[in-house]
Amino acid sequence: MAKTPRIIIVGGGLAGLSAAIKVAEAGGSVDLFSVVPVKRSHSVCAQGGINSAKNLKGEGDSTWAHFDDTVYGGDFLANQVPVKQMCEMGPSIIDLLDRMGVPFNRTQEGLLDFRRFGGTLFNRTAFAGATTGQQLLYALDEQVRRFESEGKVRKFEYWEFLSSVIDSKGTCRGICAMDLRTMEVLTFPADAVLIATGGIGAIFGKSTNSVVCTGSAQSALYQQGAVYANAEMIQVHPTAIPGEDKVRLMSESARGEGGRVWVPKNPKETRAGKDVPEGERMYFLEEWYPKYGNLVPRDIATRAIHKVVHTLGLGVQGLPMVYLDLSHIDAATLDKKLGGILEIYEKFVGEDPRKVPMKIFPGMHYTMGGLWVDNDQQTNIPGLYAIGECDYSIHGANRLGANSLLSCIYAGFIAGPHSMKYAAGLGADPEDLQASFDAEKKRQLELNNHLIENQGTENPFQLWREMGETMSKNVTVTRYNDNIRETEAKLVELLERYKKVNLSDRSMWSNQSFMFTRQLYNMLQLARAVAMGARLRDESRGSHYKPDFPERDDANFLKTSMARFAGAAEGPRFDWEPVDVSLIKPRPRRYDSK
Amino acid sequence: MANKTVQFKIKRQDGPNSQPYWDEFEIPYRLGLNVISLFMEVALNPVTREGKQTTPVNYDSNCLEEVCGSCAMLINGKARMACSALVDNLEQPIQIEPFSKFPVVRDLQVDRSVLFENLKAVQAWVPIDGTYDLGSGPRVLPQVQEQAYRLSQCMSCSCCMEACPQFNESTGFVGAATIAQARLFNMHPTGKVLKEERLAALMGDGGIQECGYAQNCVEVCPKEIPLTKSISDVGGQVMKKAVLDFFRV
Repeated sequence: MAKTPRIIIVGGGLAGLSAAIKVAEAGGSVDLFSVVPVKRSHSVCAQGGINSAKNLKGEGDSTWAHFDDTVYGGDFLANQVPVKQMCEMGPSIIDLLDRMGVPFNRTQEGLLDFRRFGGTLFNRTAFAGATTGQQLLYALDEQVRRFESEGKVRKFEYWEFLSSVIDSKGTCRGICAMDLRTMEVLTFPADAVLIATGGIGAIFGKSTNSVVCTGSAQSALYQQGAVYANAEMIQVHPTAIPGEDKVRLMSESARGEGGRVWVPKNPKETRAGKDVPEGERMYFLEEWYPKYGNLVPRDIATRAIHKVVHTLGLGVQGLPMVYLDLSHIDAATLDKKLGGILEIYEKFVGEDPRKVPMKIFPGMHYTMGGLWVDNDQQTNIPGLYAIGECDYSIHGANRLGANSLLSCIYAGFIAGPHSMKYAAGLGADPEDLQASFDAEKKRQLELNNHLIENQGTENPFQLWREMGETMSKNVTVTRYNDNIRETEAKLVELLERYKKVNLSDRSMWSNQSFMFTRQLYNMLQLARAVAMGARLRDESRGSHYKPDFPERDDANFLKTSMARFAGAAEGPRFDWEPVDVSLIKPRPRRYDSK
Repeated sequence: MANKTVQFKIKRQDGPNSQPYWDEFEIPYRLGLNVISLFMEVALNPVTREGKQTTPVNYDSNCLEEVCGSCAMLINGKARMACSALVDNLEQPIQIEPFSKFPVVRDLQVDRSVLFENLKAVQAWVPIDGTYDLGSGPRVLPQVQEQAYRLSQCMSCSCCMEACPQFNESTGFVGAATIAQARLFNMHPTGKVLKEERLAALMGDGGIQECGYAQNCVEVCPKEIPLTKSISDVGGQVMKKAVLDFFRV
């Protein structure tokens, strides 16, 4: 009998869990690594819903229309074959989630209810209140727990991925990881490794991402030779609540359910939002984009808000804020469809959005770029897969709302079975395989020892803050090459200062600041790729906007940017790969027609 | 108001077998601070109120939006999430402690894995036949969905267990969260195929009978999950099963 394939999955969000289910179901043995108990993964933060062209509203929706909206929304930067496959798989994924018990909102006939999201004219988004990500994650978590109790999945929670183990033939054969409590470093062999470690929000300091979304794993792999693609494509969500510790998302579903974005026409307006008469309000998205209205894609809405605040000087009470208004909708409907996000606003801001307009501003939200993968989700390193937000496929230059949950599950459903097939065809071990494991472990232990003993004056949390500030200021919504150069120089400076980093905590038991400082180095290296990609792409496409190059330039930049690590000092080197546009011919992307 | 500060003290512990101690801090006040941002301030400048060098505070956290269930701790004696604990609403000095009924890992981190084990014991899942395409799921009326959704928002924070007087080593009580999840899956049109097994797991020592109806669980639940209603509902199911089992023999 052939031996059971052993698949390592790093990350227990939607992508990781869906892959785990597929592998376990196919008879594989899963080792699932996560820095947090998987039920606490960042997927829980997804609010509004999951797209699938079920066409249950009699609108004539189709998977092709979903495919077209996604490719057009991403400004034609995504390779089209996997996008089409994802949209075609959408309806069966929703059915499966439904069977797993996700409490999706229902119509009076007991069918799945759907609402509208940005960048489409169809009601295509299935939802469970306004905590859809949480509900989806829980359903998958429950299925994985079932496999765990049957011995098919082993969980390693509170373990940090440090690096992959690559054999002498250049194939990924396992990982090196660290127990976050005992701080023990161990290597784990596998026939294939699936990386499902999410976005890179922490590189921007404050974002809508969870604390664990550092991009550290992706960066470690990039430094080991994995290609990091479209690094410059970063989504800034139009509606978020700035906070002291993070930026909190205020779901697009608020607009999907009829929420309206506006500012007072008078920049000197002093009355509270609810007291400003209708005629003295400027509903700028509805005015500028009559067809899509408040549901233009996120990059468009974000730039419109920046224009209103920074160019027109119409921010609410002179501050960088605009209103997102739900107060015209009856409270019972709001509670049923948006309860979770209303609660967040109430708890963290202290005002009731059923009664007064919410004050919001754009915040860093999603990483479209990521580890380069082929159509089977395999990276350029054989045996190493990337799935979900940490991979670069599907969303191109801008992600449509409610496509992320779908893309995560889709990627897991592709990579899970494919990795099993790959494992079955894996040849004999190279003779020096053990040496590869030993060498990687030694390298990681040396990094740890160096860090714990390092003497210096730099506080890692201060370095992180400075990185976040420069990245947010120069490499988000509006990008100028001079400013990006300034950020690149700052990142080099921070890497230099990192050499003098000083840990106030040198203990070897559950030392969180130690782990954070290791992640920080990876964040800095990856930030350089994001910044340099943004500088090199001299055009405007989707979320990437340069006033000095305001048009999309297909002749030169209908290409995937491919960042390769050239060395700790040198940083990234870029080359470019053509985009597969075999199914839908690129056309101008405009949302302002009638 | 220029010199307004925030005073807080944290009960710390270097490891599972170390003695706990208190560190006191004082930082400049800002609008919009929550307990998590206090920890972030300490990390930037790990110095106590008395000017003593210390270490950044270790604590579990992730989403900071009260949906992941990570940052549960005792704040001014109450079991709650640190992210949604706003400084403006807290009496100072703010007293921050780890949960008392779970083993301390370090500082404010505790080991809550018992809850995940309990969820295994009650088979808190819908046992689907497979992930291949079998068409849509059962129809569910909106009223039923609304009931299920409330229970399904449980984020396993364990506040209900910390606050429960019956949740301790001598009773071995599973706690309200697990019972509510058993109710959720017993309610599901296909999930209820495992109803008997779930109820069996909740019978006997440590099961639902340990509940003392103190109602602390429902008071502290950050998601306002109908926990006492769930306990009485599942209690009824267990009772019915016990009677039927008695006559079946």
